[in-house]
Amino acid sequence: MVNFGYGLTPSSAVKIIEGEDKLYRKLCEMEPDVKKCMACGSCAASCTAGDFTEMNLRKLILSLQRGYYQQALPMVKNCMLCGKCNIVCPRGINTRHLIMSIQKIYNL
Amino acid sequence: MTKNVVVIGGGASGIEASRRLRDLGYSPVLVEKEDHLGGHLASWNRLFPQMIPAKDILKSLTSDMKGIEVFLNTEVISINRLKDSYVVKFSNGLSAQVKAILITTGFTLFPAQKKQEYGYGIYDRVITNADLEAWFNGNKDKRVTDPQVIGFVHCVGSRDEKAGNRQCSKVCCATAVKQAIEIKEKFPDAVVYCFYMDLRMFGRGYEDMYLKAQKDYGIRFLRGRVSEVSEDINGRLVVKADDTLLGKPVKISMDLLVLMSGMIAPESNMELSKMLKVLPGEDGFFSPANAISNPTLSNRDGVFFAGAATGPKTMPETLSEGRAAALEIDSYLKRVGD
Repeated sequence: MVNFGYGLTPSSAVKIIEGEDKLYRKLCEMEPDVKKCMACGSCAASCTAGDFTEMNLRKLILSLQRGYYQQALPMVKNCMLCGKCNIVCPRGINTRHLIMSIQKIYNL
Repeated sequence: MTKNVVVIGGGASGIEASRRLRDLGYSPVLVEKEDHLGGHLASWNRLFPQMIPAKDILKSLTSDMKGIEVFLNTEVISINRLKDSYVVKFSNGLSAQVKAILITTGFTLFPAQKKQEYGYGIYDRVITNADLEAWFNGNKDKRVTDPQVIGFVHCVGSRDEKAGNRQCSKVCCATAVKQAIEIKEKFPDAVVYCFYMDLRMFGRGYEDMYLKAQKDYGIRFLRGRVSEVSEDINGRLVVKADDTLLGKPVKISMDLLVLMSGMIAPESNMELSKMLKVLPGEDGFFSPANAISNPTLSNRDGVFFAGAATGPKTMPETLSEGRAAALEIDSYLKRVGD
């Protein structure tokens, strides 16, 4: 191929995986409450790790729902399971348990 | 048989329905537990989106109360069903035998101190939407003193399972935008934030009000629920939220925080529903037999609803339902006969 001295930048658009991702479906079976998230961000705002790390549960849930998790999953290691998000969630999701289930299903 | 109708609740909807019933030739008995008519309308300052003074609406509503028996400081103690009528006993010792009862018990505001993490009643600079309306009405409030940074927290006690209220209160979004504009008019140099999850600008003119708030008043809209509020060493508030659109947690120092307390069902609905044998919904508000085709009909003959008794509503909706209920009661009474 002729080298013209320039190339295409890879697309930065999120490629949403067709249909629901298998692992996310498994997570929904284990933690049906994950579907209740309305992305208000109370969890992320109260997160003790959030100020200093990439940890953001709202973003994580959304990333898993979109099947776009490779980039998001590493943030989970910053969670200290303090459970503050559990207290503030207005939809009553057991966020602490949810995070542990995510760790289990995604082999973290 | 008398042509009496008992209307329980002297707010906007109850007053409007009573007046219309009177115009149709009935003698309504309007029961109000407070010492004045008007319900929440009586304590509000201006109504969105036209910014019409609440006292003007109330004044025109109560301008002609002839032919309406008004019982203030009165509650319903018992309701007994006879063959085709109800005997209603009041706390003032009187009673009425009627074929139709209209429930216009409205709503109560969520007690903001229940959301302890927001610090209402704990910190000096946290107030509610109702407190702000009182301040707009000229009441002194030392918590509102030349604020430089002001925040409005939407959905306080609404859309919140932890607070026991899953429902959306419908009008607080528009109220917050209205109050943000109004406070910016009072303190033009202040920076004003609205913390929202979804802005539900559903009515005619509401979206324009939102646009005006952004464009003409520079109100800053931040999508994220406030998770907690604390106080710094100087007594300023530190408000924490997740800026969900930016994807980063934010901390903002503020001088005034306004909590948009949502509408919840009055506790007395439980007692009333037992007397009437009409079950309230899970949210505590009364449930019409068919909420779409006719929200004023209950599942019991002779019992009718209007206004926020069946869930959060705007003022024009409440008034319309009051009128609709009056007409419905008239048809019903003509059908069952005197």
